[in-house]
Amino acid sequence: MSTGNNGTTLTDMARPDHYQWFRFTRLQRMVRSISYILVVALMYWALSTVNIFWPWVWSAPAQIGDMMFRMFPPSLVQLNPILYALVESINIAFLGTLIAIILALPVAYFGAQTVTPNAITLWFARLIIVGTRSVDTLVWALIFVAIFGPGSFAGIMAVAFHSIGFLSKLIAEAIEEIDWGPIEALEAVGASRAHVIAYGIVPQVVPSFCAISILRWDINIRESTVLGLVGAGGIGLIFQGAIDLFQWNTVSMVLIVIVGVVFSGELITSMVRRKLI
Amino acid sequence: MLKITNLEKSYTKGAPVLKGLNLTTDERRLTAIIGSSGAGKSTLLRCINRLVKADSGSIELDGTDILSLSGRALQDSRRQIGMIFQAYNLVDRLTVMENVLSGRLGYTGFFRGVFRKFPQEDVDRAYALLKRVGLSQYVNKRCDALSGGERQRVGCARALMQNPRILLADEPTASLDPKTSERIMELIAGITEELDLPVLINLHNVPQATTYADRILGLRHGVMIFDGNPDELTEDWLEQIYAGHEDDLKKQMKVGAAEYDDE
Amino acid sequence: MSDATTRYRWRRPHFIENPWVRYTVLLVTVLYLIFALQMMQVSWQRVLDGIPRAGNMLRMAFPPDYGSRGRLIVRGFIESFQMTVIATAAGVLLSVPIGFMAAKNIAPLPVYLVGRAIVVVSRSLHPVVMGVLFVAAVGFGAFAGILTLIMFTIGFVGKLLAEAIEEIKFGQVEGVRSTGAGFLSVLVYAVFPQVLPRLIGLSMYQLDINLRASAIVGLVGAGGIGGTLNTAFGRYDYATAAAILLVMVAIILVTEGISGYLRRLTK
Repeated sequence: MSTGNNGTTLTDMARPDHYQWFRFTRLQRMVRSISYILVVALMYWALSTVNIFWPWVWSAPAQIGDMMFRMFPPSLVQLNPILYALVESINIAFLGTLIAIILALPVAYFGAQTVTPNAITLWFARLIIVGTRSVDTLVWALIFVAIFGPGSFAGIMAVAFHSIGFLSKLIAEAIEEIDWGPIEALEAVGASRAHVIAYGIVPQVVPSFCAISILRWDINIRESTVLGLVGAGGIGLIFQGAIDLFQWNTVSMVLIVIVGVVFSGELITSMVRRKLI
Repeated sequence: MLKITNLEKSYTKGAPVLKGLNLTTDERRLTAIIGSSGAGKSTLLRCINRLVKADSGSIELDGTDILSLSGRALQDSRRQIGMIFQAYNLVDRLTVMENVLSGRLGYTGFFRGVFRKFPQEDVDRAYALLKRVGLSQYVNKRCDALSGGERQRVGCARALMQNPRILLADEPTASLDPKTSERIMELIAGITEELDLPVLINLHNVPQATTYADRILGLRHGVMIFDGNPDELTEDWLEQIYAGHEDDLKKQMKVGAAEYDDE
Repeated sequence: MSDATTRYRWRRPHFIENPWVRYTVLLVTVLYLIFALQMMQVSWQRVLDGIPRAGNMLRMAFPPDYGSRGRLIVRGFIESFQMTVIATAAGVLLSVPIGFMAAKNIAPLPVYLVGRAIVVVSRSLHPVVMGVLFVAAVGFGAFAGILTLIMFTIGFVGKLLAEAIEEIKFGQVEGVRSTGAGFLSVLVYAVFPQVLPRLIGLSMYQLDINLRASAIVGLVGAGGIGGTLNTAFGRYDYATAAAILLVMVAIILVTEGISGYLRRLTK
C-alpha cells in the first residue's frame, strides 16, 4: 500500500465529487426485503387466524394484576403437605435420574458409532434415543399415568424415560470423541472387549458422564415440580388443587417453595459439579 | 485553544495517575507526549474527551470547561475532539464506510443514524477521506477483514469525519509493525498539516516523536517535566523522563535506530 | 533371586481419599435411597397390573389413527405453530431491551436491577407452571399459551443476550462514544453489531424450543396440540394419541435439523 497520498489532498475537498453509498448491495437488499415481507406475512397470518378472544387480551393486565393481588400474602396454612409433596418431587427427580443413568449406559454404548458392534445395534440404540428424547417428560407422565394410574411411580418412570434419550445421546457423543490411541494399545496387549471398555473407554468418559448426569439431575428437579399437574405425583398436585379451589395464598406459597427448591437445586448441583470435575 | 490546569485523576484512592498537570496548546501543530508506561499519557488523553472523568482541575476547549459538561453538551464537545486509538477501536462487524460515517453520529439525528441515512455532504466527505487515506477500494469491506495498518487508516478517517477542532491520538502506532507504523505517522502528520489541525499524540517511540513533532512534552509520574522543541530534547532530559525505566528507553532507541538504517 | 526383591502391595486409590468421608457419603446415599423408596410407597401390585394394560394400550394405539380426528389434529398443530411464531417474535422483541437493561456494563445500576429481576422471575418457573397461572388469570386457550411462551423466551433470550452484551469489546464502544454520539447511537453502532449474530442464533434456537414447549403447555389448557393430546388420552383414544405423538416427534426432528442448520449459517 502506498502512503495513501494519491494526488488528492484534503485541501481539494472544497469541491468534492458526489458519491452514492448504500449499506447493502442490490442483491442483499432484495434478499432482505423478501425476508422482511415473508416475516410480516407470517406474523399477519398467525395474528389474524389464531383463535384468541381479543376482549380477554385487553382485560389481561387487569386480570393478572388482580390475581397477583389475591396471592398476597402467601399462606402458611398448608405448609406441611406442601413440604411433604416437595420431598416427593425431589425423590421422583432423584430416583428417575438414577434409573435413567443405569439404563442409558448400555444405550449410549450401542449408540456410539465408533464402538457399537454392528449397524443393527447402532440403529436400535438411535431409535431408543430419538424416541425417548423427543417426547417431553410431561407427555411421558400422561402415558404412564394411563398405564399405572396416578401417583409418583408414573412420575419416576416419566422422568426416567425422557432422561434416557437425553443422557444416552450426550454420553454416546462423549464416547465418540475419546482418544483412540489407548484403545489400540490395549488391543495390542491382547485385552478382551470388557477390558478395553473398563481400561480404555470408561476412564476417558467418566468426566463428561458426571457432568451430563448432574446437568440432567438439575433439569429433572425442575421437571418433577410440574408432574403433579397431570397426576404423576409431587408438588404439582397441590399446586393444581389450590388453583382449582382458588386458594391463591396457598398458590403463592407453593410458587415460593418451587422457586426455592429450583434455586437450591442449581446451587447444590453446581457445588457437586465443582467437587467432581 | 486547549488549556488544562491542575488536572488530577486517580483510579484507586491514594495512587494518583495525574497530579496537578498543566498543558496549553500553542501555535505549534503536532505535539507529542512521551513518557514511560504508567506515566499517565493515556489517562491524560482520555480525560480530555471525557472517556475518563478527571477528579479535579479544568480542561478548557475554546473557553468551555469540559469537566463540568454532561449530556448533550458533553457530546457536542466530544464531537469537536477527534480521537485515534492504539487498538483502533473500530466496530469490527460494520463496514469501512459505516465506521467512517459513525464519525458523524454526533451531528446526526438518532433515526438517520439507525437507518444509515447520512446527508449527502457527509457521504461525499467520507469518500474523500477514504481516498486520502488510500482505502477507497475497501468502502464496503468489513473492518475485521482489514490489516492493522488499514484499520488505523479507517480510524483516522473516522476521527477526521467529526470535523474536529483538535485531534488526539493515543499511541496510534504501538500495535503496528515498524514499517506500517512509519506510514501511519506520515499520514497523520500529512493530513493534519493539510487541515491545519492541532494534534496531541502519545508516543512510545522517541525517534518518531523527534521526527514528526513540532513540540514535545515529557510526562513523568503524572506531571509535565519537559516542554520544548524536539532539538531541545537532550539525552539528559530523556534520562530524567525515563528514570527507572531505562531499559524501556534503550530498547526503543535501538528499534528506532534500526528503522532509520532501513529507510 | 526373587527372594531378594522387595514385595510391593498396590491397590487402586479410592475415588474419595478420606475413608470417613467415603463411607459417610455411601451411607447417606443408601439411607436416602431406602427412605425415598419407603416414602414413595410404590404399590407393586399396581405396577404389575399396569403391564398388561400397557400391552393393551399399545394394541389400541397401532395402527395410529390419523383420519377420524384428523381435522382436530391439524388444527391443534396449526395453533401450536401460531403460538410459537407470535410468542417468539414478541418475546425476542421484548428480550432486546430487557437484555440491554440486564447487562451490567451498559445499564445504570437501578435499571440493571430491574432488568435482572425481570429475567430471574421469568426463568424461575417452569413454563407449565407459568401456563397454569396464565390460564387461571386470562382463561383457557392460545392467549394464555402465548403469554407463557413470551415469558419463557424473555427468561432465556434475555439472560443470554445480557451475558453476550457483558462480553462485548468495550474499545469499540469507546471508539464510537469518542465521536460525540449519543447513548442510543452508541448502542446501535457499537453494541448491537457485536451481539447481533448471537441474538439471531438465540432466536432460532428459541423458535425451536418454543415449538416443543407450545405442545406441552396445551396439557394444562393453554392451547395448541397439547390440549388435543390430553383429550385423546382422556377419552382412551390411544390410536389418535399415537398419531399425534408420532407427528410431534417428526416435527421436532425436522425443526431441530433446520434450526441447527440456520444457526451454523449465521455464525
